[in-house]
Amino acid sequence: MIAKITAFLIFFVMFILIVSDKIERHKVTLNCGFLTILLVFGLSMHSLSAITETLNIKTLFTQSFWYSTGSAEEASTGINWATIIFIMGMMVMVEGMAKSGFFRWLCMWLAKLVNYKPIPLFIAFMIMSAVLSMFIDSITVVLFLAAVTIELARLLKFNPIPMIISEIFCANLGGSATMCGDPPNIIIGTSFHFTFGDFLVNTGVISGIGLILVVLYFYMVFRNKLITDEHANVDISTMPKPSSAITNGKHFAASCVIFASAVAMLITHAQTGLTVAFIGVFITIVTLLAAGRDAYSILKKIDYKTLLFFVGLFIVVGGLEQTGILEDIAALIEAISGGHNMAMIAIIIWVSAIASAFVDNIPFAATMIPVISSLAEATGIDIGVLAWTLSMGTDIGGSATPIGASANVVGTSVAAKNGYIIGWGKFCKYAVPATLIVVTASMLVIFVRYC
Amino acid sequence: MSNQMIIAIGREFGSGGHKIAKRLADELGLNFYDRRMLDELAEKKNIRIEFLEKYDEEPRKLFGARSVDARTKSYSNSIEEIIAEMQFEYIKEKADSGESFVIVGRCAEEVLKGRKGLISIFILGDHDDKVKRTMEKFDIDEKEAVLKNKRHDKTRKKYHNVHSDGKWGDSRTYDLCINSSKLGIDGTVDILKKYIGDRFDKSKFGKI
Repeated sequence: MIAKITAFLIFFVMFILIVSDKIERHKVTLNCGFLTILLVFGLSMHSLSAITETLNIKTLFTQSFWYSTGSAEEASTGINWATIIFIMGMMVMVEGMAKSGFFRWLCMWLAKLVNYKPIPLFIAFMIMSAVLSMFIDSITVVLFLAAVTIELARLLKFNPIPMIISEIFCANLGGSATMCGDPPNIIIGTSFHFTFGDFLVNTGVISGIGLILVVLYFYMVFRNKLITDEHANVDISTMPKPSSAITNGKHFAASCVIFASAVAMLITHAQTGLTVAFIGVFITIVTLLAAGRDAYSILKKIDYKTLLFFVGLFIVVGGLEQTGILEDIAALIEAISGGHNMAMIAIIIWVSAIASAFVDNIPFAATMIPVISSLAEATGIDIGVLAWTLSMGTDIGGSATPIGASANVVGTSVAAKNGYIIGWGKFCKYAVPATLIVVTASMLVIFVRYC
Repeated sequence: MSNQMIIAIGREFGSGGHKIAKRLADELGLNFYDRRMLDELAEKKNIRIEFLEKYDEEPRKLFGARSVDARTKSYSNSIEEIIAEMQFEYIKEKADSGESFVIVGRCAEEVLKGRKGLISIFILGDHDDKVKRTMEKFDIDEKEAVLKNKRHDKTRKKYHNVHSDGKWGDSRTYDLCINSSKLGIDGTVDILKKYIGDRFDKSKFGKI
């Protein structure tokens, strides 16, 4: 009991400190992780095995960590090294792509393709945001898209705020479609050993439906807000050439090949048996080799703070897991839902969505994984159904407010620095209805398809 | 040797610090920057001035905003922080241009720390004097003035300490701290002019 209370208190303090954003979040999770090992596993439980299970280092030396035949295995516990290694690999690849000018080129090329007309540009950027976010973290997608949107808005004299809000939403939505699109999905996928294809045919289909609905919704609410009177007088022949965005032709070509290989490896990983951890290491090495002398500057840009944040977070959640608190929460959800699948799905998707709108969805998803695992064991409901529900709830819920997801923070920050301030009121006015539409649609699709 | 002179003045609410800063700027023939820099920023960034004024020298709220690290940079969507950063950039641009000026508040002594030609001053005042000044300036009663002074000082302190290593009003943060109640506005201006003059005379020997 003492262990449970201590683990919960540490988790609670960690959550509050993350939300208040006073101390850097990796310092918060690492310190709380250390306290978990010391106070929960050490002083309360006197359990060395709990520590080794949570640190999970031995998993790195198993064959199935790098190469898996796809047979169903038990959900892993403790530090999810596969997630951390994969995210690191993506960071390196994305940095290489950014350095070569890939993202700016893509945005400029697409803008030229639609003849710089605001409405087609608006729709094209929403779709591009969703598609890119399926493979690349949504923070990077929004970072580049928002910057180019503002640049184009100044040149073409349109209002960038509607475009930025819709790009942010679509980035989060696109992220929910695949296993590597959003951190909660990577954690869910690696914990339950799902494949890229599993996500694509489940959350991918739901996100596709969601994308059609939100493109229509944003078109309806924003179509009259985009165009200004000045726009008609713009001479599009003066627009910057897409090729001017490319900083180094050789690196650009290498980036395109590496990105295409990463996508191909992810799509086929169920067939090839290569795990996401292997893919992460592979793309890191290839990107660094291709970068040559720039390798060091790419390595320096790795966001090690985020990686450390994950390490600490997984230890704290491991504390909750080892003490059995999460099983209690699962039992509570089961009791409230009366064992009805639909009620359970509704609870998970809405609680996840509402929580993710206000707190970081990564710790939330990491905490919920053992909960849905126990729930599936206790009630017999397919773990996949609960996993897709959790994924849609956490990924989409984060779109509702300016602080719900990291992409929202970056997008609104880039906009504000350029003088386009998007406060809570303006953001929520458009994002909350879009979130409600997509979460409701996701719930209905899950009901129809799986219940 | 550069002749740039930047006087950064921090002040307690009601201490007459703003008035002293303005007088120094006028008498030394320097440009003067206070919240009016917001007009220029509003025009440059195309933001409504009322909006900037609402968040001027305000500390970040506890909830409602977040910071995210992306590609080694930190992105915050706190409007207070973004407007503070805009002002810091503005101050740095002015200093980089070689212009000499007097600036009030906005953590200028921290933003411009280490620059040659910078003199940082903090102006405080006795409680009763500050209350009296606030009562006269805003035409309010004593109780209201006490609360107003307290509220503004609390906000300024929080704003300053979030963005600076040195603490607001701590003598170690500034070159000189002076109580305006002791010599009055005129006397304080005179002594500061003397101090600034001596510092810049010394600069001939490279010691500013």
